[in-house]
Amino acid sequence: MTDQMDAGIVAQQIAEHPDALSKPYAGGELGRGRRRKEDAKLVTGQTNWTDNISLPGLLHMTVLRSPMAHAKIVSVDVSAALELPGVIAAYSGADLADVMGASMPCAWPVTPDMVSPVHTPLATDEVRYVGDGVAVVVARDRYAAADALEAIAVEYEQLPAVVDMEEALKPGAPLVHSDKGTNQCFLFDFPGAGADYAETVRGAGDDAVVVRRRFRQQRLLPTPMEPRGVVVAPIAAADEFTMWSTTQIPHVLRVMLALTTGIPEHKLRVVAPDVGGGFGAKLNVYAEEILALVVARKLGRPVKWTESRSENYQATTHGRDQIQDIEIAATKDGTLLGLKVELLADMGAYLQLITPGVPVLGAFMFPAIYKMPSYHFTCTGVFTTKTPTDAYRGAGRPEATYAIERIMDELAAELGRDPMELRRQNWITHEEFPYEMVAGLTYDSGNYEAATDKAEQMFDMAGLRREQAERRERKDPVQLGIGISTFTEMCGLAPSRVLGSLSYGAGGWESASVRMLPTGKVEVVSGATPHGQGHHTAWSQIVADSLGVPFEDVELVAGDTRSSPKGMDTYGSRSLVVGGVAIHKATGKVIEKAKRIAAHLLEASEDDLDFGKGTFSVKGSPEAKLTIQEVALATFAAHNLPDGMEPSLDSDYVYDPENFSYPHGTHLCAVDIDTETGFTKIRRYVCVDDVGKIVNPVIVEGQIHGGLAQGIAQALYEEAVYDAEGNLTTGSLVDYLVPAAPDLPHFDTGRTETPATSNPLGVKGVGEAGTIASTPAVINAVVDALRPYGVDDIDMPATPERVWRALQGSDEERATAGTVSYGGSSTGSTGGSASSDSLENDGSAR
Amino acid sequence: MRVRMKVDGVTYEDEVQPRTLLTHHLRDGLGRVGTPIGCDTSSCGACTVDIDGESVKSCSVLAVQADGSTITTIQGLSGAENGDSSTWHPVQKAFQEHHGLQCGYCTPGMIMATVDLLKRNPSPSEDEVRHGLEGNLCRCTGYQNIVKAVLSAASELRGEGPLPGSFQDAPENDTAQTPAAETAGAPA
Amino acid sequence: MIPPEFDYVAPTTLAEAVAALGEAGEDAKILAGGQSLIPVLRLRLAFPTTLVDLSRVPELRGVSEDADTLVIGAMTKHSDVVEDPLVQQHAPLLSEATATVADPAVRHRGTFGGALAHADPAGDLAAVALALDAELVAEGPGGRRTIPARDFFLDYLETSLSPDEILAAVRIPKLRGSWGVRYEKFNRVAQAWAIVGVAAAVRTEGGAIAEARIGLTNMGSTPVRPAAVEAALVGASDRAAVVAACAAVAEGLTPPSDLGAQADYRAHLARVLTARAVAHAAGMSS
Repeated sequence: MTDQMDAGIVAQQIAEHPDALSKPYAGGELGRGRRRKEDAKLVTGQTNWTDNISLPGLLHMTVLRSPMAHAKIVSVDVSAALELPGVIAAYSGADLADVMGASMPCAWPVTPDMVSPVHTPLATDEVRYVGDGVAVVVARDRYAAADALEAIAVEYEQLPAVVDMEEALKPGAPLVHSDKGTNQCFLFDFPGAGADYAETVRGAGDDAVVVRRRFRQQRLLPTPMEPRGVVVAPIAAADEFTMWSTTQIPHVLRVMLALTTGIPEHKLRVVAPDVGGGFGAKLNVYAEEILALVVARKLGRPVKWTESRSENYQATTHGRDQIQDIEIAATKDGTLLGLKVELLADMGAYLQLITPGVPVLGAFMFPAIYKMPSYHFTCTGVFTTKTPTDAYRGAGRPEATYAIERIMDELAAELGRDPMELRRQNWITHEEFPYEMVAGLTYDSGNYEAATDKAEQMFDMAGLRREQAERRERKDPVQLGIGISTFTEMCGLAPSRVLGSLSYGAGGWESASVRMLPTGKVEVVSGATPHGQGHHTAWSQIVADSLGVPFEDVELVAGDTRSSPKGMDTYGSRSLVVGGVAIHKATGKVIEKAKRIAAHLLEASEDDLDFGKGTFSVKGSPEAKLTIQEVALATFAAHNLPDGMEPSLDSDYVYDPENFSYPHGTHLCAVDIDTETGFTKIRRYVCVDDVGKIVNPVIVEGQIHGGLAQGIAQALYEEAVYDAEGNLTTGSLVDYLVPAAPDLPHFDTGRTETPATSNPLGVKGVGEAGTIASTPAVINAVVDALRPYGVDDIDMPATPERVWRALQGSDEERATAGTVSYGGSSTGSTGGSASSDSLENDGSAR
Repeated sequence: MRVRMKVDGVTYEDEVQPRTLLTHHLRDGLGRVGTPIGCDTSSCGACTVDIDGESVKSCSVLAVQADGSTITTIQGLSGAENGDSSTWHPVQKAFQEHHGLQCGYCTPGMIMATVDLLKRNPSPSEDEVRHGLEGNLCRCTGYQNIVKAVLSAASELRGEGPLPGSFQDAPENDTAQTPAAETAGAPA
Repeated sequence: MIPPEFDYVAPTTLAEAVAALGEAGEDAKILAGGQSLIPVLRLRLAFPTTLVDLSRVPELRGVSEDADTLVIGAMTKHSDVVEDPLVQQHAPLLSEATATVADPAVRHRGTFGGALAHADPAGDLAAVALALDAELVAEGPGGRRTIPARDFFLDYLETSLSPDEILAAVRIPKLRGSWGVRYEKFNRVAQAWAIVGVAAAVRTEGGAIAEARIGLTNMGSTPVRPAAVEAALVGASDRAAVVAACAAVAEGLTPPSDLGAQADYRAHLARVLTARAVAHAAGMSS
């Protein structure tokens, strides 16, 4: 047969090694709980964390960090460090000024007039937060490099710390960047896509009920279990560099390194090896990456920097840190009139990659799942002498979801309504999709009723409400609280033109390549970079399902700009909804090409071919068929292809989605509160999430669990505290309370599946849902338990002490976490008609 | 100072500084990099290894203190180091079968702590598992699947076989539908 | 992070250890289990010239007894204290409290004597030693002396051990009669230090409290023994009486205000937790 001759020697060899040949596709790959391909190396310790990388002659870099929040650098003397044994080099900021680049990048100028201070990898004139880099040492081993830091003499002239955002905005306040003349970074004003808020409320007259609150999103430390690290290997003579970094974004990093240091992009290879979690904290371009690069270039030798945990808490971006003034208006029957949000967002001392964009992203999420005619959002970015903030799991969306879900409960209390009933009255019903929101987004699909019904059933809402009434009745010292969060979020930030309209510095596309190997195995190249999400497994399932090849026959290539040269990387729950769809589309192109060749080999018309489970067959003559692996082998041999046909099935696709995706769900939380001590224990947690179509249900559930843990941690445990001098007093895991296994409950998870209509896989994204939804569910439960005692809000984390103080009716509650005052106490609820005060303020804010 | 220790079945004798942390000696000195470091306050447990039959955080032990010890790390836990999953320790298997890991950075410590826990308490309750692992932080899993994995490994080590895993060996059907899900349906 | 340089000696007898400590001078430090000291060194919060490691001194390890007293070697690991049958029998309060110290891996290294000599008022075991009227046996160049627990803890991280002395053992009088015990530890997450802890041992006769001993964790710069409350509890026969007697537990104390809690909240917790600990120990749990 000519087919066999075409395959030639390769076919012979394969015949001798039948295992090398693909087995037939069994089907059912999508939605199947596949074991993770990633796990084998992870459970046996055969991992390639950045700090595991060793190279001949590798030098270790350490960074001397400012012990002061704000000071002028009078002098830096590294000479004594250079005298120590094993020290190769030591540099101050001034020493590296000509090579380290003008400023590190901020890719999201949220307003045209945003104040964007110069941010050099080492400070040269002033230090502006505790942890700001002042000098670096390079030594033969990590011990010598650590010792040498002590030998560097720095003379500082102390300047006032700027810790409190509201104080920072007052006239005459000390300035973080004196050359800028202000601590205000930007004012972002977004009047929504609907009616004017003030006019709408005024128009309702006496029928309007307005509730105001001030919520505080405390500062959080993302705490991926792997601290950061970087290794740079130069080929000095060629001025070429390979960088391994604990990064979520090797592709973006390469572009930014090129732009910052002037090293041509094509001379830089960036690799994200195994990365131990990111949660947004590794979505950045960091000083140490640039420093390791320029020092390796200067010395012509490989350089490694490994972050300690205490360094991580000072030098890696923090999350959240907003003050939210929120006002909601409804008619007396509970129909929403509108929402007004004024944010203060702490930037920290400098703008990292997307620092200003994080709170602004929230602008689109505050109206959440609710129909309302009017909306107004403003956000003021503020500089303080603290570690810069940036993305942390959810990035802008948890903050928004918290505020809306908390104030819906307060509105319900004001109106004397059941909080779920009020939500039902106002949310978009499933018949109303697609729905254009007052914040300008169009939600493609959703079914809030279905998720809520299922959650309430799993939760036994009626039974718990009964028990709550009984406990209240008998004044039980342990009170029961029930909290609701009916949330949505936006994933897969895209399309690119929308990001452009928001001044975001990059696109929202993702790239995929699918390569059919001669033996029928498949390499899939993705620009989304994994760091714990299970991409190897999930992408294999997508490819297996599309091409009809066995799951085991697919291998992922990712995280290395040399082998996966194009990508936008991993953040914002975008991997599946953008990167996964790109892979699906690329496989479609493979099948198209294969079909042409199959038709040629089967001497049939393409139109007469069916494709299913990896096999092309001729309509009406099912015995005439070829598997896609056979086509791949024939393509490799290329002896008998259609005229003019390129001998390759390999295909690329860069996918730019048409819309965001909108996962949603209903989370219900029951807490027991010991009113004598204030201790809160989560007793039951039920969530029903709708993340659209599922690729791997086990991975999805794991993502939900982890998200819940971080959201609950914000509600009850974690807070980064600065003292009045700008010192981070929660500077280690001893004081920053990351919950361990006994501190978290068992989660009961459920699912509804409303496919996204905006992409061919119907998927929506799941990475952040648990974090976004859970924080308000927990705090609503805490406040629900305390409401009979006259409590209508509590700051996060709801520590036992804060709960106890709330029960005492004490105002001190708000000033207990360290010495930082966040200014004022929360505005109380105002019943009845809208106050003219509020409306005037609203007017003046424009 | 000269220290001699048996690590994962191999005896090593090396010169270390008195201040050399055991974890650095394992990683930098012996190249046993399977044990990672997650903090500097003995809080996170990522660096947990077994020294002479007890779980220990190797970042809070000096190499000189471990002189003369027998140490097992995650790399020495299974029967073979070539990745052959048939030789994995039941705890390693259970972590995969129950999706008890995501990024995997805490996993070596979590597994070593689990092995120690089950040696002392072969039939722990869920609560005992949670408290038994209180010295090991995980930022990815929310612990639920870790607890499942530990209970399953306990059952297997008791000779009662592992608990049913979360994964599906056989395909269910050809649609993306999964049993736990309920199609809410988009509007027509 | 990485510890600064130091010298290291590992004596094998107590006599050698005392001599080594003397030779090493005043900036030497004793290394017991190292579970507090090594993190402190890693964060470069201390710069000792020499560490004298006691872990190779067998005579400092283990639990023994004489007629009325339990003798616990200072280098006995927490995990061994927890599992020791003599401790369980004669000082169950110590077993219970030790089981709450840190986490299993830390308990495999940390030692009873090390924890007491570290004298962190937030540590759980100092309050227990105080409540149980322990005596601390110190060995120095001048020989051996015995220090009652009430005289041992001087201030935050400060004891009456002189720099050339080594804590060798802890003597704990056996509890005789019908004692109940309870350690109430209040912390925000399982692994965290106690915001407040209450160690209580209560002897009951005929349903009423005949004798109560209480030690408070983290209610001052040293562990605290609230003698007036102990006296007031005598005769209490129900929970209400216990609560009433414990209301004064924080009187005269100056608990710290720090990241963990403000002083007034600690005082409140001390009242609630003391009542709970005593009631539980006395079998009066509601």
